[in-house]
Amino acid sequence: MPEDRPLTGNMRPDGEALDRAAYERVGGYKGLRKALGGMTPAAVIDEVKASNLRGRGGAGFSTGLKWSFVPATAPHPRYVVANGDEMEPGTFKDRLLVERDPHQLVEGMILAGYATGSDTGYIFLRGEYKLGARRVARALAEAYEAGYLGKDILHSGYSFEIHLHLSAGRYMCGEETGMLNALEGKRANPRAKPPFPPVSGLFGMPTTINNVETLCNVPHIIRNGAAWFQGLSRSKDGGTKLYGASGKVKRPGLWELPMGTTIREILEEHAGGMRDGVRFRGLLPGGASTDFLVEEHLDTPMDFSEVQKAGSRMGTGTMIILDDQTCPVGMVSNLEHFFAQESCGWCTPCWSGLGWVERILKGMEEGRGQPGDLEKLAFQTRFWAPGHTFCALAPGAAEPLQSALKYFRAEFEQHINEKRCPWK
Amino acid sequence: MNMATVYVDNRAYEMDEKQNLLEGCLRLGMDLPYFCWHPAMGSVGACRQCAVKQFRDEKDERGRIVMACMTPAAAGTRISIRDPEAVEFRKAVIEGLMLNHPHDCPVCDEGGECHLQDMTVMTGHDYRRYTFEKRTFRNQYLGPFLNHEMNRCIQCYRCVRFYREYAGGNDLNAFALRNIVFFGRDRDGVLENEFAGNLVEVCPTGVFTDATLKRHYTRKWDMEMAPSVCVHCGLGCNITAAGRYGTLRRLVNRYNGEVNGYFLCDRGRFGYEFVNSERRIRQPLIEGKAVSAEAALARLGELTSGRVIGVGSPRATLESNFALRAMVGADRFFAGISGTEARLLKLMLEVLRGPARTPSLREIEASDAVFILGEDVTNVAPRMALSLRQSVRQQPMEIAERLHIPVWMDHAVREAVQEKKGPLFTASVSATRLDDIAAGTYRGAPDDLARLGFAVAHALNSEAPAPAGLPESARDFVKEAAEALKAAKRPLIVSGASLASAAIIEAAANVAWALAGSMLAFTATESNSMGLAMMEAPALDAAQAAHADTIIILENDLFRRLPEAEQFLERFRHVVVVDYLENATTAKAELVLPAAPFAEADGTLVNSEGRAQRFFQALPPPAPVKESWRWLGSWDKLDDIVEALARAIPPLAAVTRAAPPASFRMSGAKVPRQPHRYSGRTAMLANISVHEPKPPADPDSPLAFSMEGNPDQPPGALQPFFWTPGWNSIQAVNKFQEEIAGPLRGGDPGVRILEAGEGTPRFFEDIPAAFEPRAEEWLVVPLHHIFGSEELSRHAPAVSQLAPPPYIALNPEDAARFGDEAEMLGQRFPLKRLAELPRGVAGVPAGVPPFAGLEFPMWSRILQAP
Amino acid sequence: MLTPEERAEIEAEFPHYPNRKAVCIDAMKIVQKHRGWLSDDALKDIGELLGMSVADLDGVATFYNLLFRRPVGRHVIYLCDSVSCWIMDGERQCSHLKERLGVEAGETTADGRFTLLPVVCLGACDRAPVMMIDDDTHFDLTPERIDQILERYP
Ligand SMILES: Cc1cc2nc3c(=O)[nH]c(=O)nc-3n(C[C@H](O)[C@H](O)[C@H](O)COP(=O)(O)O)c2cc1C
Ligand code: SF4
Ligand code: FES
Repeated sequence: MPEDRPLTGNMRPDGEALDRAAYERVGGYKGLRKALGGMTPAAVIDEVKASNLRGRGGAGFSTGLKWSFVPATAPHPRYVVANGDEMEPGTFKDRLLVERDPHQLVEGMILAGYATGSDTGYIFLRGEYKLGARRVARALAEAYEAGYLGKDILHSGYSFEIHLHLSAGRYMCGEETGMLNALEGKRANPRAKPPFPPVSGLFGMPTTINNVETLCNVPHIIRNGAAWFQGLSRSKDGGTKLYGASGKVKRPGLWELPMGTTIREILEEHAGGMRDGVRFRGLLPGGASTDFLVEEHLDTPMDFSEVQKAGSRMGTGTMIILDDQTCPVGMVSNLEHFFAQESCGWCTPCWSGLGWVERILKGMEEGRGQPGDLEKLAFQTRFWAPGHTFCALAPGAAEPLQSALKYFRAEFEQHINEKRCPWK
Repeated sequence: MNMATVYVDNRAYEMDEKQNLLEGCLRLGMDLPYFCWHPAMGSVGACRQCAVKQFRDEKDERGRIVMACMTPAAAGTRISIRDPEAVEFRKAVIEGLMLNHPHDCPVCDEGGECHLQDMTVMTGHDYRRYTFEKRTFRNQYLGPFLNHEMNRCIQCYRCVRFYREYAGGNDLNAFALRNIVFFGRDRDGVLENEFAGNLVEVCPTGVFTDATLKRHYTRKWDMEMAPSVCVHCGLGCNITAAGRYGTLRRLVNRYNGEVNGYFLCDRGRFGYEFVNSERRIRQPLIEGKAVSAEAALARLGELTSGRVIGVGSPRATLESNFALRAMVGADRFFAGISGTEARLLKLMLEVLRGPARTPSLREIEASDAVFILGEDVTNVAPRMALSLRQSVRQQPMEIAERLHIPVWMDHAVREAVQEKKGPLFTASVSATRLDDIAAGTYRGAPDDLARLGFAVAHALNSEAPAPAGLPESARDFVKEAAEALKAAKRPLIVSGASLASAAIIEAAANVAWALAGSMLAFTATESNSMGLAMMEAPALDAAQAAHADTIIILENDLFRRLPEAEQFLERFRHVVVVDYLENATTAKAELVLPAAPFAEADGTLVNSEGRAQRFFQALPPPAPVKESWRWLGSWDKLDDIVEALARAIPPLAAVTRAAPPASFRMSGAKVPRQPHRYSGRTAMLANISVHEPKPPADPDSPLAFSMEGNPDQPPGALQPFFWTPGWNSIQAVNKFQEEIAGPLRGGDPGVRILEAGEGTPRFFEDIPAAFEPRAEEWLVVPLHHIFGSEELSRHAPAVSQLAPPPYIALNPEDAARFGDEAEMLGQRFPLKRLAELPRGVAGVPAGVPPFAGLEFPMWSRILQAP
Repeated sequence: MLTPEERAEIEAEFPHYPNRKAVCIDAMKIVQKHRGWLSDDALKDIGELLGMSVADLDGVATFYNLLFRRPVGRHVIYLCDSVSCWIMDGERQCSHLKERLGVEAGETTADGRFTLLPVVCLGACDRAPVMMIDDDTHFDLTPERIDQILERYP
């Protein structure tokens, strides 16, 4: 295995998935054997804590710490859920992991299950990921067959089941508590926190929820140790990260790189820089719900704290690049349309404010902008601050808008003053 | 209650630490707007309207916005309501809610008593900045009770939370998402849940409005209102009756913490229209011809000079029954019910004077294991079913407690608890509307139900007798029910007389007595069944034997009481009836006196809990109509007759305390029935005379037919409506309570006159034999219907639309030999196949002619319809 | 009535969840797979098996994107309308499809062959613009490529 790319280094160049045998040949299920063979659940948690693995779903919460929140005395059944909803626009990393190396995810989940004393796992997968679904289903069957799943795994006395659930489609299903409702066959409105899922989650039982990429790191951490994992990184946050770039760059794509690789390096070395004839204007570092960064931020290392210092969030680490031939107002309009569409309709600032913002932006793009629109937009972004709304969807929607108003104010004003979109 | 010091805008207050900050603030009388929170349904944090600023400590100057309804009132919490950011936030929430709202207040039924209006004014949102098109919805037909106007919706989710989570309905839901969530049915159709009418009050704006009000629409501020009591079953839910121009316009809930709380059933809410019915008797009649009051009284004098007997009524007040009794003499006064019913009522009364306490509805809600024996509660005493629905949440609440989830965190509790329910067992002749929450159900003929009850009692206490040879199918039920009751902290047994079985009542009593500390609730079918029983008058069978020339019948249609009413009446030379609706009995009367129905009357009713409650005139009775007790006696004032009856009948001694006397004044003034914004007073009757008439005097109560009076809060029993400055909707009730969702200030209305006794009871020993089906006959039992079985509400057009036509119900196997119709008592009826009805038992709709007035249970042949 | 096949597939999901209601989304997907969309009757059939009302199911069905309460064409085109595709000229592909099929977004062609639905980011932003037809994803769209691809769906 290319030691510096544990997540993707083993993937087959022909695009097929690694089957169990292939996965085992590159060290697969060794982490599980090691854990079940002599590590206590607490030791697994400690190892993951020490690795500084932070959640790859966007919020960057310490994975080991999250696992420790399931009280030792908590009742059973307990659940582990892999969040493979990936509906955040501009994000295309978990798809690769489930399509190309599903066993890696399965092993990660079993380890998470073992660490948290869980009984059942669900892989919650984006409904449109049909290929991924087929491959995960196959991997699960193989894992059951090989005794990695089911009763008394590898004769350790530990039992764990995994079921695959395909989403019926809503961004809210990616929000972890919305996902729990979706798994319960309900509307995917979010739930109040507290109680947090480790206390009262799926079907009211203790539940641990992690992103697919997060879980895929775990087998490698257990097999190679926390120090090794930390060593992969160029930052405090451990490991590698799947970074992506889309938009008008020469080579859009996805790369597994050391955590903390700078934006410039990703953009210029891996994505090949901007296409001919277009110039860089800005980027969303990690999906639709992150603040714009601009030229001056290009040397920011992509990790959770550094991107935050620059005024944005690393989010999913898949960057969306804005160029000078693309209208920033149009881009924000597209983004807010997405959020407005996906608002679950539970809390007022979100369902109502997003519908309004969507119309204002669309109006601006169509030459119907009004003086005062920018103040209304700015107000809505404050209205959607974290804690003001029930879940993080609307605060996420605020991020690209508030930063666009900061960095591209002139363009917004131009739309209003000229009563047209200058890019059209 | 543990009080915690909470700082609001830097002043220290005491709040109940078990509550949230919104409840805490409201209890202290502060104005904090809200939508999705409901005092009976808790918090879900959806609307974000109740935002306040919370500070970590004194030094924290930035603070953060939190939802008051989602934040516990923990000791030391510091919040600000006035903080500019919080103020701005709340204003923005209203602005957001109003984006799509049609602003159609002038033509909206809710206008003037709209929580959305109130909150909009409260937050100061007054100019519209949204310039885009509004979303529009198609409205649905939801049945005769409710109108649907979805464009007014603000997406607070209260309707579906009430309908689905609180009331257990499943045909109303939220559809779609974002800013186009639609609240309705999957298609047009009558809402199935019996409590749907509460949506009128639960919805904070005008999406669900009272369809019956629409036909004689009047604004809240233009209605004359009075505290009243529902007359459509024995529970005595408190209502506000409201009228104008001499017609009763609508009823709304009148909060009583111990009785109905925030909710009514649809029979109670919409049955009122009988008061406006075409069949109202508005003039005295002699031989069917209208005469003056004087002529009528003269005739009454003549007819009562000889031998007279009086027949009272379980739907007439204590006062009216007593007036009749006083007129004819206690020994010539008969309860206007069949011998069977009288015996059953007497039995229930005796049992309730035994060691088991009869609970209020609030206590029923708090019970943690329930055994319902024989009753279809939803159809007999509907509001009790809603309370029982909450009782199954009690035991699982322990899960939430263990996880430190406060009880008011409604969805978090429901998510933690999932579908788990506390034990509730139903034993009935057929399926009931509570079976969906039941841990166990059992079906049997009345005698078999009684046997089951005896068996449960025996399982709890071996001194209680055991039935021999209980069928296998009952054993598990008995074991599980007994274990659940035994394990409970507040076990409850519910039973009643609706199957006309003494054995069932005795069995229920045995169960309650077998388990020390259990509560026992009996349903009663009529508004004053219990009060009449306490008067201890002999029943109609005894009247058969009485020798008299004249019979005076009080508010009673004997054709609904006796199979042979016709022959019975023929025995008297003169029949006098005092009543408000024409019926078969008034048709036989020589003299009919126009009585005032509840909305035009004052009086006292005793509910099935043994709570005496006073109601007052919402409308002055249009002369010559007056209360029956006024026709029959010579008391000038209500208080005089109340005192007289309290003195004459010791068990009723406490009824004087049901409400303050007429002399009660607040700062020397009466309590106005009309709100301070009552309009058109001087013009209302200008088409008749330009001189404004003097408002009718009211010698009977501290209430005035006027807008003049003391605007302060009177004691709960006198509270005509809930309304305070800034709170024009019924949600103003917060301002009238001692505690949020707790008792009204000064105590909840009514006085309990029935309390459990001391001592050890003697178990009933008479266990009936197991039911044996017969070859050619069926045991006919009454099946109760919330809409249709009760006499008065049948005359409300909206209710009558939902009343079933007469039918015969049989077990499908019994029915196999018949077609779609069958014959009974010489008439053809449609045949209904009820899978759960025991074989050998036939069901007919209670109270639905021609089955009203039959003696149940009875054996009858059923024949193939020719 | 559920077909034996539908019923068997739904029942196979039962062991995956602790209660039947939780299966409702899977059940609706299964029936939709067989019938193309979820009619009122379909919901009634599912409801009977799971102990849910039509309103219960419809509340769920109308929340989600991939559950259809109206008939769709033989093939469903899911065209990504999210940001990366938008930057890469996704709107042009959309206009092209609309023109080519003679429908607006959300509509079905007169011959019942295609339904055109905009969809959220398909997670292939590096190969934008992207669309999915039935189960297949198609990348790097241009009007010419779209024309070729459509040919493959009779
Ligand atoms: C609206 C919304 C959508 C989200 N979508 C996803 C998603 O598709 N995948 C994901 O892993 N996390 C998503 N998240 C974050 C999850 O709520 C959660 O934080 C994450 O799954 C936790 O996993 P981690 O700790 O491994 O990152 C979303 C959050 C919000 C508010
Ligand atoms: S912010 Fe509110 S309305 Fe928006 S998705 Fe979250 S809970 Fe739903
Ligand atoms: S009342 Fe608090 S959020 Fe609605």
